[in-house]
Amino acid sequence: MGALTNQRFLILAVLAVVIAVLPFVFPSSYYFRVASLVWVSALAAIGLNILMGQAGQVSLGHAAFFGIGAYAVAIGPAHLGIPPWAALLIGAALSAVLAYLVGRPILRLKGHYLAIATLGLGVLVALVISTESGWTGGPDGMPVERLILFGWRVSGSYTWYWVTGALLLVGTWIALNLDETPTGRAFRALHDSEVAAQVVGVDVARFKLQAFVIAAVYASIAGSALAFMNGFINPDQAGFLHSVELVTIVVLGGLGSIVGSIVGAAVLVTLPQALTIFHEYEHLMLGLIIIVSMIFMRNGIVPSVSGLFLRRARS
Amino acid sequence: MAEFLQFLISGLTVGAVYALVALGFTLIYNASGVVNFAQGEFVMLGGMVTVFASAAGVPLPLAAVVAIVVAVVIGLLLHRLAIEPARGASAVTLIIITIGASILLRGLAAIIFDKQFHKLPGFSGETPIDILGAAVQPQSFWVLGGTAVVVVALYVFLEHTLLGKAVLATAANRLAARLVGINTTTIMALAFGGSAAIGAIAGILVTPITLTNYDVGTLLALKGFAAAMLGGMGNPLGAVVGGLLLGLLEAFGAGYLSSTYKDAFAFLVILIVLFAAPQGLFGRRAVERV
Repeated sequence: MGALTNQRFLILAVLAVVIAVLPFVFPSSYYFRVASLVWVSALAAIGLNILMGQAGQVSLGHAAFFGIGAYAVAIGPAHLGIPPWAALLIGAALSAVLAYLVGRPILRLKGHYLAIATLGLGVLVALVISTESGWTGGPDGMPVERLILFGWRVSGSYTWYWVTGALLLVGTWIALNLDETPTGRAFRALHDSEVAAQVVGVDVARFKLQAFVIAAVYASIAGSALAFMNGFINPDQAGFLHSVELVTIVVLGGLGSIVGSIVGAAVLVTLPQALTIFHEYEHLMLGLIIIVSMIFMRNGIVPSVSGLFLRRARS
Repeated sequence: MAEFLQFLISGLTVGAVYALVALGFTLIYNASGVVNFAQGEFVMLGGMVTVFASAAGVPLPLAAVVAIVVAVVIGLLLHRLAIEPARGASAVTLIIITIGASILLRGLAAIIFDKQFHKLPGFSGETPIDILGAAVQPQSFWVLGGTAVVVVALYVFLEHTLLGKAVLATAANRLAARLVGINTTTIMALAFGGSAAIGAIAGILVTPITLTNYDVGTLLALKGFAAAMLGGMGNPLGAVVGGLLLGLLEAFGAGYLSSTYKDAFAFLVILIVLFAAPQGLFGRRAVERV
């Protein structure tokens, strides 16, 4: 237990140092922007990893919750006069409620059937967003008002680097702690064997639902943060492709590894930026990166690398 | 009545395309256990290659053959370069790989061809035929007839040829199939090639009605997957019925309820069906060994 607490502390400390040190080596504000994107994607991926890696349930429609968070902070202030920070909370609450209501029947399904059901949910949300153009601006998207906290207008890529970095730290801290609670252990039991978990008295349905709701809230907050940061939002953020990117980040980094989700986000967000000289090649590169990384890193980067070190240490 | 008939025929036409996509899904799923999300890209390739080959002066029937060959080659490459090397990976990993392949193929098509919408001329002209007051495009009959031919041909192949029986054996039990001397790797390659051909045929048949561009595959793959699920994953007959049902639902939903949410019906119905019958309409109940 003591060792685990130390490990948790170490992970948080390293993450904090990385966030604090990176600005010293960044040559331009563009790097701050890309890094903020990594933090936001990592936050959403950590949530999804609680569902996929710990509770063992796949979701191919997770961008729906990301989109709900993003559009909540766009629509709330613009159409309903809600303060931006309250809109973020309302978005998270809406995502939680939707996940709770839909999760109950959906999470009874298994394997490919669960995949298509979550995919269907994602497509439906994305369709509503791109169709109700009176509220959402339709396929063209809509502008997002700046976040104002206690009179402080949060803007600029430098500021957002710190805000998203702090969000990621908090998100990581909660996820790491969750891992060590009875709930977290119940998730792991679910992942290893649903039947065995049930036999030892784990309320399988309830814990699956909990993981789904937690994952939805993470995605929603990440979506709100991205919308504030960009000052603009379009339906792509809620679309199927974005869901796939989130799942890829989780699997690429390593199922069940929270550090893995951060590493996965760093790879999948920065690699296309680095490799794409021309905009037209963006999809081509993304597809190629996904295929190659899944073939050669199918257990995920972090588990593969740490497994290598463990074997070295033993021999 | 005329209105009803109109929706019925357009629903069956679109449904036939979903059925072909779902059939391609089922073929690959049965042979390899892989859910191939790049299935829609074969449909896109069928349409796009035909359009560009015929624009380059190749006669239409020959252009169609070229498109099928291109799709089959891509299907075989997909199996050889992306699926084979990942043998033994988890189901989610394999799904992500095929999604990656679909993104890659879409990106390639956008670069090699373009991002515009393209049309093919109707195979038997464009003059609508009047059936009891409903105006039906002659191409609808090509789509329905073509689908019927593909389904019958696949049935004959699977039930009455040695190779087809080997495919069924592989689907039933891969290890047992290997034990009786079936080369399951060849069977899997065959399934990918066959699926690609079926997808390309669907794309060629439907392009005169729905147009095509580099991006049509995504939604088709999702709906084809939904159709396969609706019928019960792994059941070829279920895939065809599921596809037709989905097409009808969409046509009637768009006609009588709301055309802006045409695409939503499919997924709404899928969710409802899965809630009520988690194994699809024709699927067997899965029993888990502990």
